[in-house]
Amino acid sequence: MRLTVLIRPKAGILDPQGEAVQASLATLGFSVARARVGRLVDLEVEADDADAARAEVERMCAELLANPLIESFEIRLEPS
Amino acid sequence: MSDRPLVAVVVFPGSNDDRDAAWALGSVGAEPAFVWHEEACLPADTGAVVLPGGFSYGDYLRTGAIASVAPVMDAVRAFAATGGPVLGICNGFQILCEARLLPGVLRSNRQLEFVCRDAALRVEAADSVFLRRCAVGQELVIPVKHGDGAWYADEGTFVQLAARGQIVLRYRDDVNGALGNVAGVVNETGNVMGLMPHPEHAVDPLLGSADGGLLLAALVDAAARHRALAPV
Repeated sequence: MRLTVLIRPKAGILDPQGEAVQASLATLGFSVARARVGRLVDLEVEADDADAARAEVERMCAELLANPLIESFEIRLEPS
Repeated sequence: MSDRPLVAVVVFPGSNDDRDAAWALGSVGAEPAFVWHEEACLPADTGAVVLPGGFSYGDYLRTGAIASVAPVMDAVRAFAATGGPVLGICNGFQILCEARLLPGVLRSNRQLEFVCRDAALRVEAADSVFLRRCAVGQELVIPVKHGDGAWYADEGTFVQLAARGQIVLRYRDDVNGALGNVAGVVNETGNVMGLMPHPEHAVDPLLGSADGGLLLAALVDAAARHRALAPV
C-alpha cells in the first residue's frame, strides 16, 4: 500500500527556510504572502487494509518521521 | 585496568568530533573508549558517556533524529536512568533532544547560516555535575560551529526549565536565534546535559580558551564517582 506523509512546521512555529523562499520568490517578482517549507515522505508498506496501514504510519510518525514539538503531519493514502 | 575513569565516546556514521572529544577527555584525566553506534552495550566500567559533534547520518530527516534510534541509544538511555552522566555536544545535543532524554529541539539557525566562531557563554546554574567547576554568572568562551543550533521549546516548558535551573548555559549575545539564547540544558535529574558549543575545542589556552576543560574535567569527576558507585 502506498502512503504519503506530509510534514509541516507547526502553525506559529517560525520557519526561516520558508521566509527565505518567500524573499527569494519576491526578488523574482512573485507576490507571495507567506511560504512554509516542510517535507514529504513516500512510503510503501505491507498491510491488510487501509486502516492498518494508516495506523502503522501514525506510529512511524510518532517514533521517527515527525517531531511533535515543531512539526505536524498528515497521512494520505495513495490510490494503488 | 587504568585508574582513569572510562568515558565512552559514541561514534555514529558522520560523527566528526569523536577524536577531538577523546583527545580532550584524555587531557583532563579520562580513559576514552570509542563505542560504535551499532553496539548494544557500553563497556562494563563506563563512568560517563559523550555523544560527540558531527553530522550523524548526514543530518537526514532532522538533525540527530536517525541517530536517536540507533541500537547504542538503548544502552545510553539505560545508563542515564541509573544516574550515569551523559554529555551531548552539538550533534550529540541534537541526538539527546530527539531521543527525548533532554527537553526541546534544535532547529535551523535563525539566520540560516552556518556559524563558526568563539561564543561567550554565561553559566546560569552550576548545581549539575557538569558545571561543578564553574560558578553561576561565570563567563566561558567556547567555540560554536553549527547550522542547526537554535534550541526551541514551547513557552511553558521554557519557563519551567528556567525555574528548575535546567537552563545551564546561555549565549551572552544572540548567536543562532535560540529561545532565550539557550546554549545548554540539563535533564530534570541533572545527569544528562547537552550544549551546542564545543568544550573539546577549548581545552588549551594555545587554542584560544581552556574554558571547555572546566566542563570536561567536571564530567571526568562525575565519571569517577559514578564508577565508584557501580557494582563491580
